[in-house]
Amino acid sequence: MSNAPASPKGAVAAAPRFGLGNWRQYVIYVGFVAIFLIFAATLYDKGFLDPNNLLNIGRQTAMIAIMAVAMTFVLSAGEIDLSIGMVAGLASLTTAMAMDAWGLPAGVLAGLATGLVVGVVNGTLTTRVGIPSFLTTLAMMGIARGVAMWATQTKSVPILDDNYIAVFGGKDFFHFPVLLIWMVVVAVAGHVVLRKTTFGRRVLATGGSETAARYSGVDTASIKMRVLVISSMAACLAGMLYAGRLHSGRFQLGEGDELSVIAAAVLGGTSLFGGAGTVVGSIVGALMIGLINNGLLLMGLEYSEQLIARGVIIILAVALSPSRK
Amino acid sequence: MNAQPVADDYAVRMAGVSKQFGGVRALDDVSFDVAKGEIHALLGENGAGKSTILKILNGVHAPSAGTIEVLGAPLTEHTPDASRRAGIGMIFQEMSLISTLTVAQNIFLNHEIKTRAGFIDDKSAAARARGLFADLGVDINPSALVGDLSAGQRQLTEIVKAISQKVRVLILDEPTTALSGGEVGKLFAFLRRLKSEGVAIVYVSHRMEEITQIADRATILRDGRHVVTAPLSDLPLETMIEYIVGRRSRGFSDVVRSQVALGKPLLEVRNLCGPAKPDNLNLIVRAGEIVGIAGLLGSGRSAVARVLFGIDPRRSGEILINGAPVQIANPRDAIANGIALIPEDRLRQGVIVEHSVETNASLPIIDRLANAFFVSDTNADAAVDTQIAALRIKTASRDAAVRTLSGGNQQKVVIAKWLLTEPQILILDEPTAGIDIGSKAEIIALVRDLAKSGKAIIVISSELSELLTAADRLLIMVDGRVARDCPRSEFDDPDPSDDEGARLQYAERQLSKVLQQAHAHV
Repeated sequence: MSNAPASPKGAVAAAPRFGLGNWRQYVIYVGFVAIFLIFAATLYDKGFLDPNNLLNIGRQTAMIAIMAVAMTFVLSAGEIDLSIGMVAGLASLTTAMAMDAWGLPAGVLAGLATGLVVGVVNGTLTTRVGIPSFLTTLAMMGIARGVAMWATQTKSVPILDDNYIAVFGGKDFFHFPVLLIWMVVVAVAGHVVLRKTTFGRRVLATGGSETAARYSGVDTASIKMRVLVISSMAACLAGMLYAGRLHSGRFQLGEGDELSVIAAAVLGGTSLFGGAGTVVGSIVGALMIGLINNGLLLMGLEYSEQLIARGVIIILAVALSPSRK
Repeated sequence: MNAQPVADDYAVRMAGVSKQFGGVRALDDVSFDVAKGEIHALLGENGAGKSTILKILNGVHAPSAGTIEVLGAPLTEHTPDASRRAGIGMIFQEMSLISTLTVAQNIFLNHEIKTRAGFIDDKSAAARARGLFADLGVDINPSALVGDLSAGQRQLTEIVKAISQKVRVLILDEPTTALSGGEVGKLFAFLRRLKSEGVAIVYVSHRMEEITQIADRATILRDGRHVVTAPLSDLPLETMIEYIVGRRSRGFSDVVRSQVALGKPLLEVRNLCGPAKPDNLNLIVRAGEIVGIAGLLGSGRSAVARVLFGIDPRRSGEILINGAPVQIANPRDAIANGIALIPEDRLRQGVIVEHSVETNASLPIIDRLANAFFVSDTNADAAVDTQIAALRIKTASRDAAVRTLSGGNQQKVVIAKWLLTEPQILILDEPTAGIDIGSKAEIIALVRDLAKSGKAIIVISSELSELLTAADRLLIMVDGRVARDCPRSEFDDPDPSDDEGARLQYAERQLSKVLQQAHAHV
């Protein structure tokens, strides 16, 4: 988290570089460390610090984190994508089915094509037809799920290809989960694109003030189209990773992830109203949600208690974060 | 004055009212009386203090000094609610109607008629509304959705809504801007009927011919001061304009207007039509020339800028740059053709306030500054620093959020942003709105310098002294058309004074007269 969130170059509402004025920008990082230390102290004897447990948190969080990177772009451009969870489930199935019929390359291609098609449909409806992305993607959520259930009669589709399972998250690479490698690659790419490329700058400008961006010659419709495609593609990658991890495609995979993903991005300091976003923050936000889930589980709380505790912690974190309004 | 009402006939008496905003005196010891059953016009230029008076009456602002009596009772509490209870109603432009409810539901919004069981009784409401409309000779179906009404019908619904709440003092601020000629006639007939029932009406409009038709008396304000109150019969149009324009002093007189050699026509516009405005606009701007566009609100000044910059679509007509026709479908095309627009609404269209000076200023040219796809901070730093120095932008650093800068410096960021695109044609829409007088003069001096360097410039402004200081030629627009196109020198005093300020004042009076006359003749 070295220079990312504080860097005033373009992104997180340019503020004085130093001083206490922007302490809120660091709340997520402070909160992450604090929660980690609390769990480390109280759950020490329950194996919280066990490397296997920590890697497991990573494995459970990777898909959320990958989608949160894409969601950072969508939110920064002033849009939202609610369809990601269901689209991930759909992609796990298109991948598994195509692989079953025509082999590994076709499976991977089918997964990515799913993302492209859904993203272009979402983007076209939002930018050309003018339906707000909230509604477009809300509708797409149902459509993706319906298609996934209908195409398989709600059955899961097994994946037997070992190469696929090795590459897409089912295995470790020198004791390091492949899922985490995917997460790191996506995070680094996302960070660089948002902070260092002209595209990223235009995304932030579009969300910061669509009118001002348009008056500055930014093709805001094309920017929105592209962030929605990125988001769907990331959802499909997440779905393919779920499929690799569980050796099968299922329509339930990714269910409800959209809420965790949006929570992760907002916890990390990305504005729900556009113009400010941080990929590093979103990753930490996702890890924090994973951390909380894991810690509450180790504490031996019942599922009902976990839900309540998680809700309270997220409200606290967002209440203290800078991008609340 | 013959027809002065006697004391207890007054609906509103404001005496010695002043209003201070920070260091600015918006109203200075103003007295303003409106009699019952009178239509009283309140006149003055933008910034003369009209809207401050309206807002004080309406309870939005509290006066800094002075007393207000409404229907004989002193108004001591200054909130919108207290004003409403005192019987004052203000008609906003379609602001308080909900388009998804019916006319009757809107009229009785928040004081609905209920059945004995406590439910809303829409039938009685419609009947009551029908009665109100019949009394006032208005033909509107109370069960129609407000969204389906014409602008004029909505305006009348607004007024009926106010009347239904026992409004005895009705304030109308530019009520006819959205209305057609026939609807204006209906509105006036309606206002006369209200007047005969003893309602006091305060009528604000820039349209002088309406004032002469409808008003009984007029009060004229200038620079926050009361100038005159008189029956309309004592105020011929010429005199009224004279009172409105007056003499004044502004800080533009120290801008040096040296002669500039004009080059070939850079921008040529032939029969340009926008979505509604402009309407058949013809315009030539030469290299080194500044053309000013004057016109009242709604005259289509800004529409010219929006069509030229590809924001509003062009319906017909031609745009030529350097003699060659160009297609401008969006701002990117405009930028590619060397056009830059410093837009009217700085905070919404000009900058992204939460982003830094550098991010804002470099946005239109990030591709040019970039290495392949990557933003080059080194290039952007250098480019933006040059502009910060050249325009003397006062900012903590290039990384400070634009929000933290003063209005004048924010505007300089917008100018810097567009100068970085190295435009040949620069359009400035209200370039100094809301900026202190020192920065205004500085920005206009800068515009003069840019023209000298060979750019073709269009300045749009509602501030006449600014136009006269900046421009070499002036277009006067009325209803989307060019009513006059004349050189700046036409407004010079044939017998010029030695004092630059006095010369500017003279020109300003001339221009203001021409402007008011152009509108009076539509």
